[in-house]
Amino acid sequence: MTIPLLKVEDLRVTFQISREGDMPWTKPLQLHAVGGVSFELMPGETLGIVGESGCGKSTLARAIIQMVPATGRAVWEDGVDLLSLSSREMLKYRSDIQMVFQDPLASLNPRMTVGQIIAEPLTTHHPGLSKDEVKLRVKAMMDKVGLLPNQINRYPHEFSGGQCQRIGIARALIVEPKLLICDEPVSALDVSIQAQVINLLMKLQRELGLAMIFIAHDLSVVKHISDRVMVLYLGRTMEVATSGDLYSAPQHPYTQALLSAVPIPDPAAERAKRMIPLEGDLPSPLRPPSGCVFRTRCPRAEARCAADAPRLNPGDHQVACHFPGPLAEFRKAMEEA
Amino acid sequence: MVLSSIDMSALAERLAADEVKGRSLWADARSRFIRNKAAVGGLILLIVITLYALAAAHVSPYAYDTADFMIMGHAAELGAPSWESGHYFGVDNDGFDVFVRTAFGTRISLFVGIVGSAIAVIVGTLYGATAGYVGGRTDQIMMRIVDILLAIPYMFVLILLLVMFGRSLFMLFVGIGLLSWLSMARIVRGQTLSLKNKEFIQAAQAAGVPAWKIILRHIVPNLLGIVAVYATLLVPDMILTESFISFLGLGPAPPVTSLGALIAEGAGTMRYGYLWSLNAPLAFFVLTQFAFFFVGDGLRDALDPKDR
Repeated sequence: MTIPLLKVEDLRVTFQISREGDMPWTKPLQLHAVGGVSFELMPGETLGIVGESGCGKSTLARAIIQMVPATGRAVWEDGVDLLSLSSREMLKYRSDIQMVFQDPLASLNPRMTVGQIIAEPLTTHHPGLSKDEVKLRVKAMMDKVGLLPNQINRYPHEFSGGQCQRIGIARALIVEPKLLICDEPVSALDVSIQAQVINLLMKLQRELGLAMIFIAHDLSVVKHISDRVMVLYLGRTMEVATSGDLYSAPQHPYTQALLSAVPIPDPAAERAKRMIPLEGDLPSPLRPPSGCVFRTRCPRAEARCAADAPRLNPGDHQVACHFPGPLAEFRKAMEEA
Repeated sequence: MVLSSIDMSALAERLAADEVKGRSLWADARSRFIRNKAAVGGLILLIVITLYALAAAHVSPYAYDTADFMIMGHAAELGAPSWESGHYFGVDNDGFDVFVRTAFGTRISLFVGIVGSAIAVIVGTLYGATAGYVGGRTDQIMMRIVDILLAIPYMFVLILLLVMFGRSLFMLFVGIGLLSWLSMARIVRGQTLSLKNKEFIQAAQAAGVPAWKIILRHIVPNLLGIVAVYATLLVPDMILTESFISFLGLGPAPPVTSLGALIAEGAGTMRYGYLWSLNAPLAFFVLTQFAFFFVGDGLRDALDPKDR
């Protein structure tokens, strides 16, 4: 069996929230943004992470590269726990893990030329490179992501959103990382541009043998690009399965509700579709429900759900639910009752 | 690894294509500034005033520190401005040539203004950017120090300094330099706080760029617009402060002079029945102030087009 590129175990991110007017000695509130997430990522694999806004997707990604403090373990392929490293020791791994951000224009410094932006990680990690060498590599990278290399001296505001995202991808890939974390890389783009960027990412992934963590709230985009998909709710994993399994046979009631909300580009099918409405709002992460965090909105919730939190069952299709099962079975049981 | 999978000949062709020149935000701002007539007028006026301040001593046959004893005490009858005598702006009651004295005073005033705001720009920007970027407790402590210094009535301290250590240009710089950077530091810190959460800063952090490089390469260049505007508006402020101190008689000791001291002198001799020793320094003072304000306004419009 191959060694996973990254093995995350029980990763937790807790923010201390102090309110306006608090005295220095009052205890700050604890916000559990990510509450114990575990997963493995194989080399060359794409893991999609989906969930509502505020469920901790971005925080999880940022925790792995030490941009927010986290507890737990994130073991890199060489056996080193990334979360335990000091920022100096982490520097070595930063070129292996790169990130693509959500807002294409905001992620580029408006005062720098495209060439300077793309070269920054390269000159940071390989300070010995000559100017000509850096320029050549930047131009080659620009060509690779579908930008014209002769536009190296232009500024970000002279590019469209899709082109800016290509610049962001070029910047991430210039240091030849092993893992690319994409934090909603296409949600700020037009649908037609989304497809271009997604296809570019998939093409580059094949060519460079990249592993990817792909965060999105658009389920169809995630389905297209991911090998496996993880569903998060309130900072907890609800279901992890291969992309095909998860979309064809979701076991967790939350996943089923999410999937039922995906619009179908066919008016007849769209009208015939049965949505599963979720009741209530997302609970505050400051006061998560006891037991299973989804129980307050779950159609299957019973007394047991409030008492103990379900664990992910081992296997290929992991579900964290006391009453997992396909939707049809549940509907039948409901009608009989 | 990246290069190997690329069709090299086609790539070479594309790489060899002429590089397109980009339009930086600075170039955009420059063209907006040039279209602003008031600002360009102010800039030209400033250049003229500076040239006058630097060159007048070489044009006029008189020196700033030697008096014409023939005229001393009889300025009202003998010292009127005239082209023939070489006293273009007249002679004051002490027998000094007003043309040369005003040029010298303008030079000192401009010098004080520019040095004062240069201190504010350098110290204030670095201090504010560091406080804002580092954040947390460091930020709290650094900004409380600024608050405390701002709470001191600075005109009072400045006057005390000049009385205790004697009237000199150096003391004036110390006094102004100590205080001018405080509000700059506050402005810069506020801007840094909003910049800090921008994604391009996070991208640099994720790439492993060290903090001091992030401050110098990403934060400071994005602050420069607002800093430039504030600095140009700070110069007339500094000139005003210095003139006020000089008007009170606490400015640099004669024969060194400044616009404020000259205006005080001119105002004092008004009762002798002539105005030329007041008019010249006053006119240059007002023109300098207006010119700086117009340039500052023009810069603000040019550098921050959203904020009009």
